[in-house]
Amino acid sequence: MQKVIFLLLRRMRMPLIVLIATYAISIVGMTLIPGVDDQGQPWRMDFFHAIYFVSFLGSTIGFGEIPYPFTAAQRMWTTVIIYAAVVSWLYAIGSILALIQDQGFRRVLAQSALMRKVRRIQEPFYIICGYGDAGSWLVRELNERSMQCVVIDKAQEKILDLEVEDLAYSVPGLHADATEAESLIMSGLKLPNCVGVIGLTGSDSANLTIAITSKLLAPELPVICQSDSEDTAANMASFGTDHVVDPFEIFASRFAMMFHSPSMYLVYEWMTGVHNAPLSDFRSPPHGNWILCGYGRFGKAVRKHLAVEGVETRIIEADVERTGPPEGSIEGRGTEAGTLILAGIESVDGIIAGTDDDTNNLSVLITACNLNPELFTVIRQNHRANDAIFQAARADLVMQPGTITAQYILNLILAPLLDDFLRLAHDCDDAWANVLVSRVAGVVEDIAPETWAVQISPLDTPAVFDCLIRGEEVRLGHICSDPRDRDTALPCVPLLIKRDDSSVLLPDMQESLQANDRILFCGREEARYHLEHNMRDHQALYYSRTGDDRPSGVVWRHLTRHVEQDVNR
Amino acid sequence: MNLEKVIFAFFSILALTLNFGFFIGELDDPAHHNAYELFAALTVSLIATIMKFGDRAHIGALLLATSLVADLQLITAALVWGYAVNISDAGLSPMAIASIVSLSGGALLANLISVILLVIESITFRR
Repeated sequence: MQKVIFLLLRRMRMPLIVLIATYAISIVGMTLIPGVDDQGQPWRMDFFHAIYFVSFLGSTIGFGEIPYPFTAAQRMWTTVIIYAAVVSWLYAIGSILALIQDQGFRRVLAQSALMRKVRRIQEPFYIICGYGDAGSWLVRELNERSMQCVVIDKAQEKILDLEVEDLAYSVPGLHADATEAESLIMSGLKLPNCVGVIGLTGSDSANLTIAITSKLLAPELPVICQSDSEDTAANMASFGTDHVVDPFEIFASRFAMMFHSPSMYLVYEWMTGVHNAPLSDFRSPPHGNWILCGYGRFGKAVRKHLAVEGVETRIIEADVERTGPPEGSIEGRGTEAGTLILAGIESVDGIIAGTDDDTNNLSVLITACNLNPELFTVIRQNHRANDAIFQAARADLVMQPGTITAQYILNLILAPLLDDFLRLAHDCDDAWANVLVSRVAGVVEDIAPETWAVQISPLDTPAVFDCLIRGEEVRLGHICSDPRDRDTALPCVPLLIKRDDSSVLLPDMQESLQANDRILFCGREEARYHLEHNMRDHQALYYSRTGDDRPSGVVWRHLTRHVEQDVNR
Repeated sequence: MNLEKVIFAFFSILALTLNFGFFIGELDDPAHHNAYELFAALTVSLIATIMKFGDRAHIGALLLATSLVADLQLITAALVWGYAVNISDAGLSPMAIASIVSLSGGALLANLISVILLVIESITFRR
């Protein structure tokens, strides 16, 4: 704000000086020019009257000739004053208007407005650098979960997009280069309630700069960055970037999972699914030969992971020089039938259109399907704006880097335990995944399960914590039962219990809870409410542990004690 | 030579000299103190204040502050004059002129500090 005032003062220097000079000259002139009073005696205006006269004249109010009618000389001077005053006022007002229109000034104004907004945020918030596909998706999801964030983007229109976006909470957006430390600080990097920085600028080097800047300025803040290359990823990790997200790598490993363990793929899909998304069924991709169009970062990641599964890929790449595809690759775009036939499109089982151009990818898909309608098709969609045409193309699997990145980051934020769970799950076999899938499928109906974590602590789960302090046993089954009828289990599956020293994967319902346990659940949303009620409400927990609906009032409790004693006697 | 600095110093010093010109003379003698001189001192002082606007350096802030003090004193002096001549029954009595002149004396002190600061700034300025 101070900056704004200084800028205003500095710009107003000249107009103000002009105004003062005009007024001073006019006033002195009025006092010097001789006039006559009502008796016809020579008379000169004093300073007080001169200031009064010039003030109302200058502001074009014009009360008339006071205190006595003017002489010709006075009228002449008054004419001069009128024009001088009007011109200098126009100049002053014009300068103010020009200043308000000034880009630099508006920018300073916007910045100070943003800083005010950021300082006013009471809750913990994230700084999101880059409001592209991934950024906007993430902001909307965080907003839906009542979490605050601040957005920085270099492009003015992205910030305008953010402003017109229909969000429940206002998200402050800064139009600035996030790689400059100043913009990060303005967005609240050093505020105590800033809980993390997320770099999604779409440029590796920019993300790297953001990561370095925030690690240096606020070392304890977690930093999550997107990175498309191993080099940058390693570089980021080297100075302590907490999570490096590579959407191509994530997709490629999930895709490979579809080949060797479809159930495990389902586990991953469901656990990391979108809020309230319909539960998707999927077609298993066939083993055999595949064509891979585009051998950039995406193509390389997919080929690497598919090779592990024993799936052969034949590469079609337009820019052989730059990407260096393996022997036997076909040079070309893949958008024309010739190249595809050369690659043996009739005999392969699947095609992956993975270039960085959406139109080319669609063209590859359509041409390939015309040549061989039996193909399993995978398509990369680079821009979310193309949603409609990609849906119409009906590919078997659509890969959206933005969504994958945003989803992954969202899970890191919302359920840090999920990352642990998925890592542990990765080591399990297909049979284990089958069991889990059938259990989860048993509790959820047709939308993706919610995943959430709870911690046994005095604040979050007072009822459970009190029982544990008193040395009473609370089993997992107790909190997972319906508070209205304890014989009915809530529609949720406990996935993981994490303790200081150990983790229990898919814990049994008989498992006893301990203080400071962190538990990851998945299931229907309503189960979450009941479960939280069970853990908070002493009465509900007592009922679910003992099956006894204990009276809560003192009087009633006193009365029932007698009844109980009578019964015991 | 920096023209901005010249103009700036010119107005600061002119404010001081005009102020001094008005101040000097018998304290309670209206004949020694000219209304035009007070008006000129006030106008130049206002302009000098505006010249100091928007300077973010510490010495700039100090200059602005002393200048504002001078303005305040001179405006009060002018108001007292206006009151004495137009409203008060006693007219421009020796008592009124004495208080006007002493108010301008305060402004003189502020203007003096302003010029001293200006001199200090020039001395510390190296190239």
